[in-house]
Amino acid sequence: MNRQKPEPVQVIKQRRDAALEQLAGGIPYIKHLGITFDRRGDELTAQLPFSQKLIGNPILPALHGGAVGAFLEIAAQIELAWAIYWPAMESGVTGPRAMPKTIDFTIDYLRSGLPRDAYARATVNRSGRRFASVHVEAWQDNRQKLFAQATGHFLMPQHDG
Amino acid sequence: MSEKNHPKLSVAKQFISAIPHSIDLGMRVDAVSDGKVTLSIPYDERFIGDPETGVLHGGVVTALLDTAAGSAVIAHPLSAGGTATIDLRIDYMRPAKPHQRITATAECYRVTRSVAFVRATAMDEGDDPVAMATGAFTVERNDE
Repeated sequence: MNRQKPEPVQVIKQRRDAALEQLAGGIPYIKHLGITFDRRGDELTAQLPFSQKLIGNPILPALHGGAVGAFLEIAAQIELAWAIYWPAMESGVTGPRAMPKTIDFTIDYLRSGLPRDAYARATVNRSGRRFASVHVEAWQDNRQKLFAQATGHFLMPQHDG
Repeated sequence: MSEKNHPKLSVAKQFISAIPHSIDLGMRVDAVSDGKVTLSIPYDERFIGDPETGVLHGGVVTALLDTAAGSAVIAHPLSAGGTATIDLRIDYMRPAKPHQRITATAECYRVTRSVAFVRATAMDEGDDPVAMATGAFTVERNDE
């Protein structure tokens, strides 16, 4: 059998981390909110580290619904872009990556966001030629106890307008 | 009652200025009347979502619409103050034009025993809406 020798692990990691940085690292609002992405193979977990500026209810205190919504939207958008560009990225193609555009986004606030770090993972439920549907779940201390979830539709990058 | 000197205007301003995330986004209260609130944010390069075009991230518009909608619930005559978002749906009609102020107007059009229904529209300085939202919020009534 003529099997190709697998790439060294460091080469793979470096390529994937660089591609992820290229997708999410250059967006000012992601940086402003302090959102980072933890990568395990192709699985992404978005992280929103707690910061006082994310508070929407100072009495409880609780995270701002808008900040939570923005976090979910970013997690969904980056997951979709990551899924779209994965094949190109894996075959070594670099270059600018246009982002999918949000068409609509529906947020389900399940419980108030506590003043601590939050995590989100998104699933691309359908990715067509023009449209994609993405579901995203967010939790804080306990993965089974979601504090918010959302579903959004996106316009795929190469078919603007 | 005029929107400019509505008794709830100062309450709304106080409410918004006590929210760290609203301060962070530079939110301003433009008008308040019964169940209706207008808020706006300036264009800010820190909130860009697409560096190629300079268009603000949709999440910023979400935060503005959510705050406007929640404020509209509090500004409703039946509200005793205090609310939380149950559900919010946002439709993005077009990207907001860079370097323009974004203004959201929200109207709380129905209050039941425990739920308030709100719709909100976000505009830049043009004539067509940038985004529209509908939401359900918790409400504490002042007559119970």
